[in-house]
Amino acid sequence: MALDVAQIRDDFPILKRTVNGKPLVYLDNAATSQKPQQVIDCIVDYYSRYNANIHRGVHTLSQEATEAYESARKKVQAHFNIGHSHEVILTSGTTHGINLVASGFTSIMKQGDEILVSAMEHHSNIVPWQMLCERTGAQMKVIPMLEDGTLDMEAYQALLSQSTKLVFVNHISNALGTINPIAQMIDRAHEYGAAVLVDGAQACSHIKPDLRELDVDFYVTSAHKLCGPTGIGMLYGKEEWLKRLPPYQGGGEMIAEVTFEKTTYADLPHKFEAGTPNIAGGIAFGAALDYLNGIGFEAIAEYEAGLLEYATEELLKIPGLRIYGSSSERTSVISFNLEDIHPYDVGTILDKLGIAVRTGHHCAQPVMDFYRIPGTVRASFAFYNTREEVDKLVEGVKKAQMMLS
Amino acid sequence: MSIAELQEELIDEFALFDDWMEKYEHLIELGKSLPLIDPAFKTEEHIIKGCQSRVWLHATLDKEKVIFTADSDAIITKGIIAVLIRVFSGHSPEEIAEADTDFIDTIGLKEHLSPTRANGLVSMIKQMKLYALAFQAQQKN
Repeated sequence: MALDVAQIRDDFPILKRTVNGKPLVYLDNAATSQKPQQVIDCIVDYYSRYNANIHRGVHTLSQEATEAYESARKKVQAHFNIGHSHEVILTSGTTHGINLVASGFTSIMKQGDEILVSAMEHHSNIVPWQMLCERTGAQMKVIPMLEDGTLDMEAYQALLSQSTKLVFVNHISNALGTINPIAQMIDRAHEYGAAVLVDGAQACSHIKPDLRELDVDFYVTSAHKLCGPTGIGMLYGKEEWLKRLPPYQGGGEMIAEVTFEKTTYADLPHKFEAGTPNIAGGIAFGAALDYLNGIGFEAIAEYEAGLLEYATEELLKIPGLRIYGSSSERTSVISFNLEDIHPYDVGTILDKLGIAVRTGHHCAQPVMDFYRIPGTVRASFAFYNTREEVDKLVEGVKKAQMMLS
Repeated sequence: MSIAELQEELIDEFALFDDWMEKYEHLIELGKSLPLIDPAFKTEEHIIKGCQSRVWLHATLDKEKVIFTADSDAIITKGIIAVLIRVFSGHSPEEIAEADTDFIDTIGLKEHLSPTRANGLVSMIKQMKLYALAFQAQQKN
């Protein structure tokens, strides 16, 4: 089942533009994906035809908008194989979902309890746990990383104890592309009665996780990484957990009854969805899932694996180029450096050539500290990238090396 | 030469290059020729933090002229630093405080001074001006 990449590229209007006079080669997909016309049209259609506030109007537009929004929730439910649609909380994105869980655990954690967080987390994602520890007196422990960019599973096993209440790990590392063995990690955490929250921000554009089979307690992701708009994402939580957690924000939609004396909270999922949500974003999130499922995740994974292999081979032919993270289980992300050359310089020259890569520490400072480097150049590929684009990257890196050494 | 004359000189110098590659190669050469900052000043105290590359800046007042030395871990950033030092170093605090940096735009390197670039250069210029203001205040006292 091969992809028709030429046809797919036609769906993405941005891929036709030029940057610095060169055709755009977009290899920063781990930061955000580009959007197909189908998703863009969906947003335009909503605002052009049935923009209305949801869940409260008796008029036709409101009902149409509510139906479209709730149908998107069902698409998310089906896509991730989630038991109930009310276990899908539509959030503003991954960070929102993580903060919601971290805030909710304030009433669950106590002094002496422990949170395990992997060493390869996006550093902004470490902050909510630090705040939770400050509020509760719980302690955060770090699951260390090995030289090949995988988690130290023996150390993980040793860290787990009856005190462990929560484990936080990303499904795929944004800096290295390593796929973490989350199924195994969830099973082990459950043996100690600990809940597991998985950050799927980097994973969901490459793989289609089956959340029921994984038996994960919480899972978060952002739509913009998977061809959807920014400002919308999902938090999956097991019903029993979502019922236990207190509401995160107060406001409209999340209440059943309000008097000045007492408020009764609405049922799931509305308990966690205070205020008017990103309606267009939610509907377009559904459209993005439709689009990706139309292509098929197996085909995407197979194609991207081919690109990753080709790019790795070609890049490694460049003398003095080092790739970070060599796990056999990785997605199409290559983090690299040229010997004695700063990643910022490489990124600047590549930009001049119309090639978009990410440079810097990728908000994963602990990972960079581990390798004792200021940062890396990160090329991340999507199913709409081509081998010709890989060739342009390789040529660009060679040119940068020639100019900078 | 005055700051304005030095800026004109740099604009003419960069105008010799037709394409961006030659321009960048020249910038990189300038970066390599940047007189080294005294390692004693390459400390946390003198660092200007950018998310992408780091810049160290040191200033002293010598015979009523401000002398800047600086360094960066990225060579293109270093090239721009070399350009800025060539223009600003060795002038009176008043002249530095009043000078503008539009010439960077004219040279065609504007993108490096974008605050979103996070390379520390915008903060570096701000810091150079702050040094100038501080020396100015010192002289008045």
